[in-house]
Amino acid sequence: MSVTEASHIGRPTNRVDGPLKVTGQARYAAEYPAPDLLYGYLVGSTIAAGRITAIHLDLARSVPGVVEIFTHENRGKAAWLDRSWRDEVAPPGHPFRPLHSERILFDGQPIALVVAETYEAARDAASLIHAEYETAEHCTELERKRSEAYVPPEKRSGIPPPPDPRGDAEQAFEEAPVKISRDYRVNAEHHNPMEMFGTTCVFEGEGRLTIYDKTQGSQNAQGYVTSVFGLKSKNVRVVNHYVGGAFGSGLRPQHQLFFAVMAAIELERSVRVSLTRAQMFHIGYRPDNFQTVSLAADREGRLQSIMHDVVAATSRYEDHQEVVVNWSGMMYHCDNVKLSYRLAKLDTATPCDMRAPGAAIGVTALECALDELSYEVGIDPLEIRRLNFASKDENTDKQFTSKALHACYSEGAAAFGWNERKPEPRSMRERQELIGWGVSTGMWDAFLQKAEARAKLSADGRLEVSTAASDIGTGTWTILTQIGADAFGIPLEDVTARIGDSTLPTSPVEGGSWTAASNGSAVQAACEAVKQTLFKHARKMANSPLAAAELEDVDVSKGRIFRRDDPGRSLTIVEVMHAADLQAIEETGKVGPSLLQMTKYVSYTHSAVFAEVRVDEDLGVVRVTRVVCAVAAGRILNPKTARSQILGGVVMGIGMALHEEGITDHRLGKIMNHNLAEYHIPAHADIEDIDVIFVDEHDDKVSPLGVKGIGEIGIVGTAAAVANAIFHATGKRVRDFPITIDKLIAA
Amino acid sequence: MNRFDYVRPDTISDAIKALAVPDARALAGGTNLVDLMKYEVARPSRIVDINRLPLKAIETTAEGGLKIGALVTNSDLAWNATVHEHFPLLASAILAGASPQLRNAATTGGNLLQRTRCYYFYDPSTACNKRVPGSGCSAIGGVNRIHAILGASDECIAVHPSDMCVALAALDASVDVEGPDGKRNIPFTAFHRLPGTEPHLDNTMAAGELITGIHLSRCDFGINHTYVKIRDRLSYAFALVSVAVGLKLKAGVIEKVHVALGGVAHKPWRDLDAEAALKGQRPERAAFAEFAGQVVAQARGQGQNDFKIELARRTIIRALEQAAAGTPQHQSNKSLQQEK
Repeated sequence: MSVTEASHIGRPTNRVDGPLKVTGQARYAAEYPAPDLLYGYLVGSTIAAGRITAIHLDLARSVPGVVEIFTHENRGKAAWLDRSWRDEVAPPGHPFRPLHSERILFDGQPIALVVAETYEAARDAASLIHAEYETAEHCTELERKRSEAYVPPEKRSGIPPPPDPRGDAEQAFEEAPVKISRDYRVNAEHHNPMEMFGTTCVFEGEGRLTIYDKTQGSQNAQGYVTSVFGLKSKNVRVVNHYVGGAFGSGLRPQHQLFFAVMAAIELERSVRVSLTRAQMFHIGYRPDNFQTVSLAADREGRLQSIMHDVVAATSRYEDHQEVVVNWSGMMYHCDNVKLSYRLAKLDTATPCDMRAPGAAIGVTALECALDELSYEVGIDPLEIRRLNFASKDENTDKQFTSKALHACYSEGAAAFGWNERKPEPRSMRERQELIGWGVSTGMWDAFLQKAEARAKLSADGRLEVSTAASDIGTGTWTILTQIGADAFGIPLEDVTARIGDSTLPTSPVEGGSWTAASNGSAVQAACEAVKQTLFKHARKMANSPLAAAELEDVDVSKGRIFRRDDPGRSLTIVEVMHAADLQAIEETGKVGPSLLQMTKYVSYTHSAVFAEVRVDEDLGVVRVTRVVCAVAAGRILNPKTARSQILGGVVMGIGMALHEEGITDHRLGKIMNHNLAEYHIPAHADIEDIDVIFVDEHDDKVSPLGVKGIGEIGIVGTAAAVANAIFHATGKRVRDFPITIDKLIAA
Repeated sequence: MNRFDYVRPDTISDAIKALAVPDARALAGGTNLVDLMKYEVARPSRIVDINRLPLKAIETTAEGGLKIGALVTNSDLAWNATVHEHFPLLASAILAGASPQLRNAATTGGNLLQRTRCYYFYDPSTACNKRVPGSGCSAIGGVNRIHAILGASDECIAVHPSDMCVALAALDASVDVEGPDGKRNIPFTAFHRLPGTEPHLDNTMAAGELITGIHLSRCDFGINHTYVKIRDRLSYAFALVSVAVGLKLKAGVIEKVHVALGGVAHKPWRDLDAEAALKGQRPERAAFAEFAGQVVAQARGQGQNDFKIELARRTIIRALEQAAAGTPQHQSNKSLQQEK
């Protein structure tokens, strides 16, 4: 049985969950009702390092409605061993344990949970708690710890360390006729999804908990809760039907989950804990980093040497790791490459994966450096990228399953009008505004993860597909519905997707752009299994018109199973199920990476990003007036939601280029701009034309569906394209992101 | 979220009586006060909801001026036909600020009373003389990229965040207040204070007084005016530097010039000496540059905000050029055009 002709896959499709969301019927974690619900409010430390010597609760306890206040002195029982606290994406180290002891590891660390009959009472009481501290020396400034940087001794699972050097990068650099060596920095960023972190833990009695959590992985959260609190797996259900954005901040269990569950267990009542926007600035961030990129080329622009060294921030207690520098060894052909990645410990919370973790900062530095090199060589910035095209992954010496990057370059350039570009900086202007055009390549993994799904076809022809995936706004609800509908040739309305529930078939966390490929392929496999069972029963029927058919001879569509060479020879699904005395056929499907294929191939998504900026020559005000993002991401399941993902990524990339920055007072070890008024993300006025192009890319190896995933590629390269455009406009090269007015005025 | 009394008087006199308890605060649009309460910066004993007071009118005065009720929303004021026609500088400055949702809620009186956006003021775990007198100023030597370059003191380097007030300062407005001791009118430039040794006081209102309205005299700046705002993103951000300009040109020379700066000081900043020096000159770049240089001559940076001195100088010149050319900045046009 071959894949049915697609009628939903590939077609722009509205979100199936859209009406529920815009009418407020889609419930988020902190919106679920529960009888006798209690409300928790967290109190954060006001120092960055040291210990609590006393914590005064009397005033808070006297507030009417306060039920209990938990501190390190009376917290509930929790696991002892580190490994019990380690979730499925945890880095090596000692995971943070809320209220574990009097020790303070970062500013804003939760030191107390007030639980009250109302949210207002809890919040009021929390403001009356006063802690005394013995402070220890702290450091939140990466620059001061740069000299103590170290190679993380234990690697984070799923994060390949930099490859061994190849060739002799230093000597090649020395000998090359054209070279640059530059320092870059992308300042710390905070995720700031719209939905606040929240958990409603419903105490069901008899040891059972139903937990509504804002998370990117219901099963990861479920595993954490059972392991930390020693609960039976069957007694803990985690639900995350709808997630109001996350960008990676919901990959690991966050404070509110621990506190809601701990309080519910201790008080034997349902408890809700929500974080405020300010508190969300203490739960992980894109780490601050210092990068040095050294590139050398021959006189034609062919790369002779690539060196990329990074020092990135982590916390005192965990070695958070990302793939920052490896991209520099595989984006372009070069025989002499040396990459290094080190960490430095700061007194902050552990950083956390944020959209295209690693690539978003590492590729930014590489792509700015390559732009700088292109001017040194005197070659068009797009041309230098084409010239150094890598036809295989030179880090691992493996083939790409597909790489339509040349199509991204040419289709993107054509849409942008790149060939009209004047090469000299400051050569294009309109009145007081200098105009610049910049380009960057983007690259991100195309993962296929282990995932399972279930499909259930009812006698009435309706289909239910389920997997414990999460939809963080990416469109997962919709693509799984499309895949199910195409498998049986039925309308979207006849398919019900079920996701966001830890009791559903096994799924990884939603991240890494792998959900469409992994969970989508699992759903397709489950549907294929249902079709096989249906066919088996159909063939067994008395006088079956399909008696002589083989599996590959038949297809299912519009409620019938039929011979594709003679569609008149068919049976209805109702007939088959009736004859077999079945109400429904239910099967599971599983997918996972092919280890055999992985010995020869690697899979990546690629992009070319073109940006136009206008910079006020006197005032340094930057406007990003046009962006074209051309993406090679294999098969596009839903061009509408896929485009939204790229738009969002590009907007976030513009934010990285111009706006986003967590500002810390290093004397106090405190983030100061912890709200959306002072932590700037692009406003509507900052975003003008964004053109998204999906180039044709057929890939029969990357995943059974041919899908690569598009959640992160949109941000990769965008900040570099904007920075490169600013240089082309102004002749000023700012290497410290975000590129704010002060830096342009000073440059 | 502290506990507080809540009263909603119908008359000004009842409101003034209700405000006569320590730490009572008037609530109008609530766009700043409610935030401050959530951050535990404001802990009012009593909220006097003044939204029922009869202060929602915009009236033309006999001399061609305006009287604006304290409860007129920023949106209603910005889109009022008379304001648009005769006080376009005011409309422009209002539209440069906040977002439509905020402007729909925020009021004229409340805008005057909005408090600084200094990070430390909003964080009760840090020292701040404005929040807790005598506790110190964390912004000095700290994160001060957005702070004052003019008129600051060793006790406080915060800036006033309003856009509307910058225009009102340029327009020589005055403020009607009413309190237990009766009514008085305060010239706008005397309404907000410099921080000095008492940075906890933002303005010269006495305890228990209520803003009832704003007075504007007939305006000479119908054609030659502008409001230019420079910020870290193109909308919904407080000014790094903003400049309101009103010019009156006659026979090719500057007959009258008012320039007010926002984002640079604890109050909208005027330099009357520099204005006097510009009077009688031809509206040309050289004169504008000299004026700008004079305004920033006394400016002092705190390190991170040093760039604001040069940015202010350049923005003043741009604003004067726009005003002189009669091509005021349109707030929905994000290109800060310069007429050649």
